[in-house]
Amino acid sequence: MTEPPISRGFRGRGRGDQSARVPPGQHLVTDFPVLSAGPTPEADLASWRFTLEDGESPLAEWSWAEFNALPQTDVVVDIHCVTTWSKLDTAWRGVAFDTLLEAAGLSEPPGPFTLVHCEGGYTTNVPSEDLVDGKAMVATLYDGEALHPEHGGPARLLVPHLYFWKSAKWVRRIQFLDAEQPGFWEENGYHIYGDPWREQRYDGD
Amino acid sequence: MTVTEAPASPRLRWMTATARMVIDETPRVRSLVLDVPDWPSHKAGQHVDVRLTADDGYQAQRSYSLASAPGTDLMLTVERLDDGEVSSYLAGDLRAGDRFELRGPIGGYFVWTPALDGPLFLVAGGSGVVPLMAMLRARAAAAVKVPTVLLYSSRSAADIIYRAELERLAAEDGTLKIVHTLTRERPNGWSGYTRRVDRAMLDDVGFSPALRPRIFVCGPTPMVEAAASTLRSLGHAANLIKTERFGPSGR
Repeated sequence: MTEPPISRGFRGRGRGDQSARVPPGQHLVTDFPVLSAGPTPEADLASWRFTLEDGESPLAEWSWAEFNALPQTDVVVDIHCVTTWSKLDTAWRGVAFDTLLEAAGLSEPPGPFTLVHCEGGYTTNVPSEDLVDGKAMVATLYDGEALHPEHGGPARLLVPHLYFWKSAKWVRRIQFLDAEQPGFWEENGYHIYGDPWREQRYDGD
Repeated sequence: MTVTEAPASPRLRWMTATARMVIDETPRVRSLVLDVPDWPSHKAGQHVDVRLTADDGYQAQRSYSLASAPGTDLMLTVERLDDGEVSSYLAGDLRAGDRFELRGPIGGYFVWTPALDGPLFLVAGGSGVVPLMAMLRARAAAAVKVPTVLLYSSRSAADIIYRAELERLAAEDGTLKIVHTLTRERPNGWSGYTRRVDRAMLDDVGFSPALRPRIFVCGPTPMVEAAASTLRSLGHAANLIKTERFGPSGR
């Protein structure tokens, strides 16, 4: 491997960022950038439903009130966006994916892969094993307040150990599948799995 | 079910870019014309990742939209942010002949190609005009005549990026209309809008939803949020509105 060219005169000032908590190629931010492919959908909580499906078969469905009556989990996690920002110690509250499985009467995911569906047609794929054992939740509060629509409210998936596009905004349905099916960004050149620590940003990384 | 064999995707590799020319666009914005051997071409609207390496090996990486049309000299246009570790170099200390790395092109969604039909409505805030300029340049290069409007919001007249080129493109092409609005200044003799992009402006300047225009909106988050929601309420279909945002939500 050849050495990268030195950018003459570039000093940089992020060396303090390179702690054990910041993956390669990332830098820390204190604000909360927004990235979405289209308009922010308006949620109607009266008609909002959250659904688990095995293939095409419904497994369980919750209204907004029912969803919020499920046992709630708080987490404080670091998040890493593929556009190279990372944010440490973000506080979320919501329903752990394990809790959803349990509430649906499932002891384990019925299929090895998921396709996550959102308001507006956005999808992303996540292996089932990356959602269980405390690794993921459906979050409804950020920093103690109702999740704002542009950050994915009323509810977004939170899978903090993968690049943040996997933490799909405006999540409505999680579909278990026997075969991996790429989601929206994954069809558009981004990595099928998206591990920030292996810098899996784009297809082929 | 159709099974398509996906082509093996080689890793996007880092390539060395050498700045051939540095163009001051506005007091805060610079364009860099780059020499990148073996650049694989791109589509208008796509972006690249840029990586800078300091002499002690420290690296910093960011994403930037491409400003150039496919098949022409590769150009990045970068706004210098007050706290921008990479932008303050690219739009500050860098001089012609300096080198850095980039890889790409990236993104298959916020893109325009000459094959797209329908009128084209582009809405830009500040340096959000960059990927939209790539689209206008690609459109001109392909001599495509789909009716097109660029609505471009800038803080002041001095902050308008590509002003002369936009004027020239519009003068040469009766199917292209450029509409400026200024949010913090009302210069003498200015006949354009002097307010933020709003519902009346989007309604007056844009195409009727019945024409199903393809809409691309790029700019700071609050501006894009407001424009995209308003476009929906005017009756434009959500799947025809593509957005790219930068910066925090401010909430």
